[in-house]
Amino acid sequence: MLKMTDVKKVFRTDLVETHALKDFNLQVGEGDFVAVTGPSGSGKTTFLNIAGLLETFDGGTYELDGQDVSNLNDKHRSQLRNEKIGFIFQGFNLIPDLNLFDNVDVPLRYRGFNSAERKKRIENSLEMVGLAQRMKHLPSQLSGGQQQRVAIARALAGEPRFLLADEPTGNLDTKMANSVMELLKTINDAGTTIIMVTHDADLAKQARRNIYVRDGQVSEL
Amino acid sequence: MNYTFELAYKNTFKQANLTALIVLTISLGIAACVITYALIYLMSADPLPTKSARVLHVQLDNWDPNKAAIEPNLPPEQVTWQDATNIVAAKQAKYQAASAITWGMVTPTDKNAAPFLGVMRATHGEFFPMFNVPFLYGQGWQNAEPNEAKYVTVLTKEVNERVFSGENSIGKTLPMLGKIFTVVGVLDDWHPSPKFYDMVYGAFSKPEDLYIPFQIKAELELPHGGITNCWETNLGDSYQGFLNSECTNFELWVEVDELTHFSDYEFYLNSYVQQQKQLGRFARPINNILLDINQWLSYKRVVSKDIYVFFSLALLFLFVCLFNAASLISTKFTASTHEVALRRALGANQQNIFLQSMIEAMILGVLGGVFGLIFSLFGLQGISYLYPNFSTFLTLDLTLISFAFGLSILSSLISALGPIWFLNRTPIAKHLT
Repeated sequence: MLKMTDVKKVFRTDLVETHALKDFNLQVGEGDFVAVTGPSGSGKTTFLNIAGLLETFDGGTYELDGQDVSNLNDKHRSQLRNEKIGFIFQGFNLIPDLNLFDNVDVPLRYRGFNSAERKKRIENSLEMVGLAQRMKHLPSQLSGGQQQRVAIARALAGEPRFLLADEPTGNLDTKMANSVMELLKTINDAGTTIIMVTHDADLAKQARRNIYVRDGQVSEL
Repeated sequence: MNYTFELAYKNTFKQANLTALIVLTISLGIAACVITYALIYLMSADPLPTKSARVLHVQLDNWDPNKAAIEPNLPPEQVTWQDATNIVAAKQAKYQAASAITWGMVTPTDKNAAPFLGVMRATHGEFFPMFNVPFLYGQGWQNAEPNEAKYVTVLTKEVNERVFSGENSIGKTLPMLGKIFTVVGVLDDWHPSPKFYDMVYGAFSKPEDLYIPFQIKAELELPHGGITNCWETNLGDSYQGFLNSECTNFELWVEVDELTHFSDYEFYLNSYVQQQKQLGRFARPINNILLDINQWLSYKRVVSKDIYVFFSLALLFLFVCLFNAASLISTKFTASTHEVALRRALGANQQNIFLQSMIEAMILGVLGGVFGLIFSLFGLQGISYLYPNFSTFLTLDLTLISFAFGLSILSSLISALGPIWFLNRTPIAKHLT
C-alpha cells in the first residue's frame, strides 16, 4: 500500500547540504498501525511529509496504493492527498474563525461532495470523536484534547486510506493523550492505516508495528 | 467555484483595517485617473454623434495676399458677411447656416418681467435642423431669402421661463431691438458641450439667450459680437461698409447628405473661390478648409495639452498607489500563509488558491472602484465649482463608471499578482506543525 524505496531528501542552503533521508526504505501494509520514533532531526517528520505528499523528494521511488507519485503534478498530488490521506498535527491546525462543523467541512469541500453528503459525513465523524453536540462551537471554546479530536474528525471525514499523525499527543496531558490514542486504535481497528510519528515510547508501544528512524534511515524494532 | 468565492469574500473582510487601507490606496489612484480621464473624455465627446461626420465647418482664405490669417498658412476661422450669405443662398448642401453673436435690449410687455440685455445668435433657419436642436414648443424658421427677413425669434427655455413664465409662447410677441418679434419656437434644454458651433467665447461657454434670423442683423445694424478680424485698412464708416468688407465675424456650417458628398462640396467651394477671384477677391492661393465636427474640435484643441499632462501624472500617481497596494496585499496574504498551507494539506491545489486570491483581489478592485467613484464625484464637483461652465457636462456616465471599475480591478489584480505568486509557492510542510 505504501512503499518507499531508496528515497532521498536533501535540504540545501547556500552553505549547508543536509541529507534528511538517505536510501529510506519502508513498506506499510493495509490496516497497519506504524509508530515512527527516533531522535530529533532524524528525519521522522520529513518522512511523514513526503508520505503525505506535502513535500517532494530527490531520489528513489514512492508508491502510494500502487501508484508511483514521483512525477505527479500539483493537481494530482492534491487530489491524492485529499482522497487518500488524513492528517493529524501536533498543533491541531484548526482554522480559528470557523466552527467545528466548518473546520471538518474543509477537505470535503475540495472533494466536491454535495451539501447533504458533506453534512452526513461531518455529523458522523464528529459523532465518532464525541463532539457532535458542539459542532457550532469555535475551536477556542474547546480544550486541547477536544481540539485534537476535531482534527481527527476532520481527517476521518473523507474516509482516507491513510492517517498520518505527527506527534498527535505532543501538546496534550497524559489523560488526554491516552484518550486520543484510544481513539486512534479504534480507527485503526475499523481498517484505516495509521502512521504516527512520536517521541513517546509508551504510546509507540501501543502501535502494531514500531520503526526507528536515525540519520535519515529506517530500522525495524 | 462557489466555495472559492465564499472563501475569497470572507478573507477580504477578515483583516478589516488592512482591507480598508488597500481599498483607500487603490481608490485614491483611481479617483485621480477618473477625474482627469473624465475631463478628456467629456471634453472630446462627440456633440452630435448621429451625424458629426457630415456636418462641416467652412473656412475660406480671403486674407491679405502678403500675410496668412494664422501662421504658418491657415485661413481665418470665420467667414465674411458676403461669403456667408452667398454660400448659404447657393444651397449646395442639405443644410447651411451662418451665424454670429449679437445683443440688444429685450423689453417684455409683461410688467412682471424686467427688461434685460439679451445675448442673441443671428442665424439661418437651417441652424436648428442641422444641429438637431431640440424644441419644447414650435420650431425654427425657414432660411430667409436675402432682404426677406421676418421679425421672428426662438427663445431658450430659460428666457421663455423668464418672459412668459414657461408657458407655450408660440405666436406671442416680444418687443426687442426696437421691433416687435413673434415667438416661433422655444428650445428644450440644449447645452452642447463643447459648444462646437461657435467657440469664440470658449468651448464650454453658455449658449445665447435668443435666436433671430440672420438678415435681421444687417437690417437693424446690430453690433458684432464674438471676434471680428479684418486685414483691410479702409473699411469706411458705414455698417454696409463692414458687411461688404473682408472682415470675418461669421461661423459657417453646412451639412452634406452623405459622406460621399464631401468632395462635391469641396469642389463647389473651390469653384466659388475661383469665381470670387474673377471679381477681384481672394488674392491668396485656394486654401479652403472643410472640417467635420470632431476634426474641428481637434483643430481648435478643445482638450488642451495640459489635461493630457495631468492625466499622465494621474497615471503615475496610480502607479505609486499600486506599489503601496501591492505591499499591503502582500502583508494581508502573508498573514493567511498558515491557513493556505493547511488548506493545501487538506486537498486544495495551487489552482484553487490562485483563483481564491484572484477573486479576493477582484473584490478589492470593485471596492476600490466604488470608493474611487465617490472620490471622483467630489473631485468633479470641485472642478465644477471652480469652473462653472463645466458643470453642464461634468458627470459620470456609464463609460466613465465602467472605466473606473475596469481600471480599479485591473490595478488590484496587477498589485496582487506578485503576492499571489509567492503565496502559491508557500512550502506546505514548513507552516504546519
